[in-house]
Amino acid sequence: MSGARMSGRDALAVVHRARGPRDVVVTTMATSRDWMTMPQTPLDVIFVPSAMGHATSLGLGLALAQPNRRVVVCNGDGSMLMNLGSLVSISGAHVANLTLIVFDNGVYEVTGAQPTPAPNTVDYAAIARGAGFPAVHAYQDLETWSAEAEQVLSGSGPTFVWLRVDAARGIPGPRSPGPAGDRARALQEALRA
Amino acid sequence: MFTGEEIAGVFDELGITHVVTVPDSTIGQWQGAIEERGRTRLVRVCREGEAWEVAAGLHLGGARPLVLIQCTGLFESGDAIRNVLHDWKLPIFSIIGYRSYLNQDTLPGDTCLVFTEPVLDTWKVDYKLLTKHEQLGEISAHYTACRDAKKPGAILVAEGKA
Repeated sequence: MSGARMSGRDALAVVHRARGPRDVVVTTMATSRDWMTMPQTPLDVIFVPSAMGHATSLGLGLALAQPNRRVVVCNGDGSMLMNLGSLVSISGAHVANLTLIVFDNGVYEVTGAQPTPAPNTVDYAAIARGAGFPAVHAYQDLETWSAEAEQVLSGSGPTFVWLRVDAARGIPGPRSPGPAGDRARALQEALRA
Repeated sequence: MFTGEEIAGVFDELGITHVVTVPDSTIGQWQGAIEERGRTRLVRVCREGEAWEVAAGLHLGGARPLVLIQCTGLFESGDAIRNVLHDWKLPIFSIIGYRSYLNQDTLPGDTCLVFTEPVLDTWKVDYKLLTKHEQLGEISAHYTACRDAKKPGAILVAEGKA
């Protein structure tokens, strides 16, 4: 894909509108920062602090434990590159209820927008297909992504979505919204409901 | 030291729902028995750091996971252990193969013997070292003690080859 890209925040807002009321949404790094500007639910996992690149792995565990809920992981391309093997772990686990969305802006946005090792080069859709994802989608214009997001999120997976987005420069990274241990207990309560 | 059937029996007794694992030549031999028993699902991941975060998601979602890796994978896992056990304060339990503990025929001077226990101490993981078959029962005892105390714990299983 080449040409103009959508804004990352606008692309994330589409996820916010399309997610179902029982869906778990995991965000990390820039997507956490932007998600926290939108209305929250108890099933939102703001993965801050995180382990580098491991939002996908956390999402896999949640999807395995909660097979009757959709788990949506909103990842960055820098984070994805840190844990590419997790694509194979996810496809091998056959989690139909997991959707992984990569917001590809070609930079490590929260550290000052330094480029990833090969920006504008990597074909994440091809990687996902090669890793065994049965459902793979790619978008770079907001209109098409908005029109199809609900259907993409509700499809049988594991599903991989590659979104080409602009980098937001000069905006600080996310701050933790509170003690992670307390948030873990709150999430466990919400998932029992 | 332990057979797959023995370990599968322990997991069954403890109600372990998922074992998140990367194999080595000792603990990998347990996979067949665990799968055959059918009560604990194996979740195979590509690298050990993943295992802790997958286990974290399982635990948050109400499952009862356990991480099963070799000590070399423990070294790789540092950032994930810090995040899962200490940031998010999740009491994830692990069984870790202790390479070269019983002999160093394959890897003379294996530095796993230098670093494994200090690394567990550094990450504040309460561990028990098992070196004999007679200690099989200590897996359940230590798991139960850690679960009741709501803290992470580990079993180090002495291995004899790489």
